[in-house]
Amino acid sequence: MKGSNLGEFEELVLLTIAALMNEAYSVAICDELSRHTDRSVKLGVVHAVLNRLEEKGLVKSQLGEATKTRGGKRKRFYELTMPGKTALIRAKSMRDQLWNMIPSLIWKNL
Amino acid sequence: MKEQRQHNPPAWAQRFIAWYCKPGLVEDLIGDLNEYFERNVRTIGPRRAKLIYVIDALKFFRSYTVRKPILVNFFINRIMIGSYIKTSSRNLMRNKLFSSINIIGLAISMSVGLLLIAFVLDLRSYDRFNKNGKRIYRITNVATFKGEQGGRYATTSVKTGRLIREKIKGIEEVAILRNNFSGDAQVGDNILPIKGFWAEPSLFRIFTFPMLEGNPATALKDPYSIVLTETAARKLFGSQDALGRMIRLDTLNYQVTGVMKDVPFFSHISFEALVSLSTAEQLKRNDKNFEKWTNMWSNLVYLLPSENADMASIQSQLNAIAKEENLAEKDTRIQLGLLPLYNIVVGENLRQSEGGPGSLGPHMPPVVLWILGGLAFVVILSACFNYTNLSIARAMRRLKEIGLRKAIGAGKSQIWQQFLAEAVMISLIALLLSFFLFLVLRPQLINLAPEMQRTVKLELSPAMIVSFIVFSVTVGVIAGFMPAIFFSKVSAINALRNVLPVKAFKHVTLRRALVVIQYTATLIFITTTAVGYVQYKNILAFDLGFNTQNILNIYMQGNKPDVLLNELGGMPQVTALSRSFIVTGVGNYWGGNMKYKDSHDSALVMTNHIDENYLPLHGYKLVAGGNFISRPATAEAVSEVIVNEQVVKRFNIGSNKPRKAIGEQIILNGRKMTIVGVMQDFHYGKIDNLIGPVAFTFWTPGEGAIINAKIQSDDMPATIASIESEWKKIDPIHPFKAEFYDQAIEDAYNEFSTMIKIIGFLSLLAISIASMGLFGMVVFTTETRLKEISIRKVMGASFGNLVYLLGRNFLVLLSISAFIALPVTYLFFENVVLINFPYHTPVKAAELFAGLLAVLVIAIIMIGSQTMKAAGSNPVEVLKSE
Repeated sequence: MKGSNLGEFEELVLLTIAALMNEAYSVAICDELSRHTDRSVKLGVVHAVLNRLEEKGLVKSQLGEATKTRGGKRKRFYELTMPGKTALIRAKSMRDQLWNMIPSLIWKNL
Repeated sequence: MKEQRQHNPPAWAQRFIAWYCKPGLVEDLIGDLNEYFERNVRTIGPRRAKLIYVIDALKFFRSYTVRKPILVNFFINRIMIGSYIKTSSRNLMRNKLFSSINIIGLAISMSVGLLLIAFVLDLRSYDRFNKNGKRIYRITNVATFKGEQGGRYATTSVKTGRLIREKIKGIEEVAILRNNFSGDAQVGDNILPIKGFWAEPSLFRIFTFPMLEGNPATALKDPYSIVLTETAARKLFGSQDALGRMIRLDTLNYQVTGVMKDVPFFSHISFEALVSLSTAEQLKRNDKNFEKWTNMWSNLVYLLPSENADMASIQSQLNAIAKEENLAEKDTRIQLGLLPLYNIVVGENLRQSEGGPGSLGPHMPPVVLWILGGLAFVVILSACFNYTNLSIARAMRRLKEIGLRKAIGAGKSQIWQQFLAEAVMISLIALLLSFFLFLVLRPQLINLAPEMQRTVKLELSPAMIVSFIVFSVTVGVIAGFMPAIFFSKVSAINALRNVLPVKAFKHVTLRRALVVIQYTATLIFITTTAVGYVQYKNILAFDLGFNTQNILNIYMQGNKPDVLLNELGGMPQVTALSRSFIVTGVGNYWGGNMKYKDSHDSALVMTNHIDENYLPLHGYKLVAGGNFISRPATAEAVSEVIVNEQVVKRFNIGSNKPRKAIGEQIILNGRKMTIVGVMQDFHYGKIDNLIGPVAFTFWTPGEGAIINAKIQSDDMPATIASIESEWKKIDPIHPFKAEFYDQAIEDAYNEFSTMIKIIGFLSLLAISIASMGLFGMVVFTTETRLKEISIRKVMGASFGNLVYLLGRNFLVLLSISAFIALPVTYLFFENVVLINFPYHTPVKAAELFAGLLAVLVIAIIMIGSQTMKAAGSNPVEVLKSE
């Protein structure tokens, strides 16, 4: 099933949520991603991905306190669930394994 | 830097998101967009920020954000629908007066709509019986003669048909249909005048005219073949077999090669018989004109392009043909156009040559339909206004119900659904009633004008019923829209306290505005009727410059007039007799080409051929010279002409002095003639034409004739009957055809009388609807102010004071309407209608105010009766119950 594997962007979003800790809501995630990836990340895409991740059970969300900004609308804060965390760790360990297989000779001329 | 003005994202975009977005996601989503918006306002300015906001709002319309369709909600509410119906019907029953005003008003107005729908549906069903109907086209000739701006003609030349057949690619069939085949068909002793077309075999491959007997592929091939319709065949041959038999038509024998089904009623061409076009070719063998490109007066050409044909390419090929043919012509330019079959009956006005109107079938310009539709719309809207007004005015009565509904959880949308449903329910009840009205009015409409009988049947069909129901639901929605919005906005607290929010008082202005609009429309209708009627009567009574009283015009229909003339001369009731070629003043024209000394200067003059008794009988006034002197017996011998003053003026004959024009020579249609008399100007055409040059020449026995008989009789029907019996002796075949001159004039302006009847009818409806609405409003206001009136009375207000108090507002509204409606009507007539009539009489105040007076009287009676009832009520009775 597709759901068990993470897409590249999904992985990035999950990592950003983890990195932002308590400040992980859609606009912040979007800004953070734009800063780190050097490309303009569209809110619509992030929104859709967050929605999908929540459906998969990798993240959960709750509404925060109302503030004066945003026209009085509350923010929705995301955090990783256990399956979300394990999915990230799995993805990282899978990559690490692959990295370890590469003989260091290859990077010599870089 | 100064504090920046607060910028807000577009509210409608926010509402849009809130509308489509799932409730769980909406807050967060709008919040995000707001945050971006605030950021964008700072960086790229408010205008672009707003644009981006709107674009984003649209972009988020995605599968995961959108909530379940609204329809689902509606079905969840289906239990409520039962409740709505119940409360609505209770409400209907409780307020019988208001319900009946609404229902009757809607029913009356909707009956007009139903008639119009039936009418339009009938017109739209024309030619739909043809299987290939969508693909059939007719050639339209756009002809320009001598630089004179060209007209669009339905007819074209035989040559066009031929050229299309030879040269144009992408065409399956072409058929030439030649106009005006007619004659007296004779089988044994049985004689029947028969009318039809000359046609080609391909006609049967283009149109769906099923053949009962005979072979459609060959029936119209050989010369002297005739195909009869079922009815014509039965009339001629009775129950005998018609196929293969001979028919004598005038002097020629034709063989019946086919019997076809009767032409359907809804066909733009209709005929009793078709004769092969090859017959016409044989008869016209020696006529060089027959095949000419410019001989475009009596042929219709129909095309059936092959399937998936490129019409643009066919059009360009037609243009190429026209270009090539025009090279050979000096003064004439003809362009060929394509007219889809379905646009023939409802479509542009096309000119046609002699053969008279109707010879090319029924026709209705879309403009007329739009105008009628507009008028019907105004009447229907007026009834809708009644509903809106009365519902809102009576809002107080429903507030408790709405409050309760809202308190137990009804949303805005449910309230307006309820009120819309109620309005639709009322309009459906009204539909039943208006359907009966429709059945009653239908024969009236059909019999309104002879053309109408030929054009429509207004028979019921499933499509018609469906349109009726759709129409009625639409009317219900229009009527119920405002009340629904109004009621759904009332807050639960206000509703339960039985207090209308301040906003509701705005609706008082709205109600007044609606009443004013309603009465303005009504007044425009009624004054238009009055003014139109007076103008119409003026047209009929107009002094044409000659006398038309008691003159009977008898059409000889090809017979020599002498015998009948003798017989009529012997009748004591006939005081004078004359002969003429056509009847003038009713829209018949017979043009000629006149030249004076300068051979390059020619002018179109209108002509008539008359005998020596014509001028005295009709009382034409001569300003110089006298009647015809010679009595030529052949057209070639005619050498005298009587002209009107316009001719003298046009050619400056005798330096514009009628006396000096006598004896001058002019050339009429290439023949030299001497002017023997100059008539005072008179109306040769209809009175919407300016008086132009006219020339009368002597009638000769070689031409068709009309006998003009001046009749002095106390018993007209008996006199006519005895003339008719004389006619029977001369011509037993053709029915007697005669008409009084005055009647002919009336017929000539028949479209005006039809128009006035229609507008008159509509204004009657408009008045009754507006009056009913006003009545409802008056009843309501007096009812609600009954206590106030009683207190005023106790305090000493007089009867007159009270009536004035109650009626004042309505009269103010009516006078506003009058101030708008009367000038509008006046300006409309003076600037739009009457400028087409150079000889019209000015619109008088009497006609304008007659309508106003009628409306005012009705209104005052209604207002008066109710206010007087209220003012006369006993204060004790009213005030004792609290």
